[in-house]
Amino acid sequence: MNRITELFKRKNAILSVYFTAGFPALKDTVPVIESLSAAGVDLIEIGIPFSDPLADGPVIQHSSELALRNGMTLRLLFEQLKDIRRSIQAPLLFMGYLNPVLQFGVEAFCIQAQEVGIDGVIIPDLPFSEYVEEYEAMFTKYGIINIFLITPQTSEARIRLIDEHSKGFIYMVSAASTTGAKAGVTAVQSDYFARVRAMNLRNPLLIGFGISDNETFANACAYANGAIIGSAYIRALEQGTDVQTSTARFVQSILTN
Amino acid sequence: MYQVNEKGYYGSFGGAYIPEMLYPNVEELRLCYLDIMNDAGFKTEFDNLLRDYVGRPSPLYLASRLSAHYRMKIYLKREDLNHTGAHKINNTLGQILLAKRLGKKRIIAETGAGQHGVATATVCALMGLECIVYMGEVDIDRQAPNVARMKLLGATVIPALCGSRTLKDATNEAIRDWINNPIDTHYIIGSVVGPHPYPDMVARFQSVISAEIRAQLLSHEGRETPDYVLACVGGGSNAAGAFYHFLNDESVKLIAVEAAGKGIDTGHSAATMVLGKPGIIHGSKTMLMQTSDGQITEPYSISAGLDYPGVGPVHAHLFKSGRASFVSVTDDEALAAAFLCCKLEGIIPALESAHALAHLEKMKANETDVVVLNLSGRGDKDLATYMKHQNL
Ligand SMILES: Cc1ncc(COP(=O)(O)O)c(C=O)c1O
Repeated sequence: MNRITELFKRKNAILSVYFTAGFPALKDTVPVIESLSAAGVDLIEIGIPFSDPLADGPVIQHSSELALRNGMTLRLLFEQLKDIRRSIQAPLLFMGYLNPVLQFGVEAFCIQAQEVGIDGVIIPDLPFSEYVEEYEAMFTKYGIINIFLITPQTSEARIRLIDEHSKGFIYMVSAASTTGAKAGVTAVQSDYFARVRAMNLRNPLLIGFGISDNETFANACAYANGAIIGSAYIRALEQGTDVQTSTARFVQSILTN
Repeated sequence: MYQVNEKGYYGSFGGAYIPEMLYPNVEELRLCYLDIMNDAGFKTEFDNLLRDYVGRPSPLYLASRLSAHYRMKIYLKREDLNHTGAHKINNTLGQILLAKRLGKKRIIAETGAGQHGVATATVCALMGLECIVYMGEVDIDRQAPNVARMKLLGATVIPALCGSRTLKDATNEAIRDWINNPIDTHYIIGSVVGPHPYPDMVARFQSVISAEIRAQLLSHEGRETPDYVLACVGGGSNAAGAFYHFLNDESVKLIAVEAAGKGIDTGHSAATMVLGKPGIIHGSKTMLMQTSDGQITEPYSISAGLDYPGVGPVHAHLFKSGRASFVSVTDDEALAAAFLCCKLEGIIPALESAHALAHLEKMKANETDVVVLNLSGRGDKDLATYMKHQNL
């Protein structure tokens, strides 16, 4: 069984954390993953930096820009991750944009991802229909799960369709926004979360975008199987002194009430 | 054969590579743009405004001194004489009428040279809609008069501060704005770029250019088709409009002129067809300037309107199929052609259009060949650049 599916079977209130590979320093990719895992994070999203991250707010734009300036590439990322499964059991996801994957070659990307032990990908600008027609068979062949997003504007029929083609979990975007927006859980959002939960989907749900502290995390967990944090962690890395300390402190602040 | 298919592809280019957050907006447009555009009431309103507000039809002018200089029969399609000074208003007028029918209250746009920003601010004033224009910080500096115009027209101009701080980054910011405002906002894209249906919709709004050329050429020359049609290409909207009704006339040679900047091999260029490979930018699969790692590279041209690392998917298809030839012209060649056009014809062209003019020098046409050059805009916005480079 895929590590993601196995995780959701075993645990609730899942904490998933995103970071940008090659940030703050080029060689920080593996130390960040190890620190997150040691601090008790359940699922780790490794951001593949891109020059034009359309779905991201200023914080992740900035970390991507720095990572690229540090010399990060997809090729180098696979190199950095080649022994990652010796130390890490947690499920690992790639999150990145389609163009770098296309230039790498989609099949080569899947093969290498499987080799280093990546469980799934989130590619926001790979649309659902394109994925199903062009890539689903190949991703499946190499055991790579593709995670889809839904938003407050996604129709019920489309959520059902996405659910049918999903494995692992569905990424429930908290509000119509780019990443890092100030959200919290407003009345409108709790209606949306409750509406989706009431659909009894086949797949579990993680809430992301605007989750930044223990309060927003706990609120999200009341409606879904867990939540995803990105920008707030990037900010903590930016402001902290060393990766281990900042990560331990940040994750602890999310998990303690 | 050169039209978009129902999935939004021109051959292998196009599509709608957008995050799920934009899906409802883009899908709404996709489902209704053709119905709205084909509606009789819409057509009447659009045509009346094109005539009475924009000043169409724009003249097709036989430039006799340029013709004598280059020894071919050169007609200039005078999009520079449109209200706001470029072809851009054909598209913004069409899209604002469409946005009104969709019940949108807030308009966003990106701009490079500022021509599209001005054209958007203009139609927003006309229709009483809020207007926000994203513009790269570098372009805000080099196109100051257009920034002032937009503000005078009531638009808010927001600088794009990331990346190369030019057109690509302004487009990123506009798309992010749309993600954050999915219900009440319409995004008026300024060229035949972006996710389907934008490239097709913008090309249709600009197709008035070639529809008029056919009718005007018939009265000037007794035939509807020229031997050549020439246009500059940034995103490619003026070229798409000028080519549109000639695509199936294989006798008409279509020439698209890209900006070579300081030269193709200098690392300071915007010649996408020469330097690019297929990739994805702003929701569309097209030719794209990028690194081997798939990072989009920063283009360069003296002309802000051609300073774009991609190109509309229709042009990628015309390039690949060979239906159009793509050539490129350097900053210096464009400047020289602009100065020549001023002296010989009394017309100050936009720097973008000057790229098309510069290619006349390199063409091997016969003296009797009829060449239609789309003069996409006027040069008022480029005065500072012209003054800097003219050795007075
Ligand atoms: C006068 C003029 N011509 C051409 C362009 C390039 O755009 P497109 O290639 O979409 O016609 C611009 C863009 O700003 C412009 O202002």
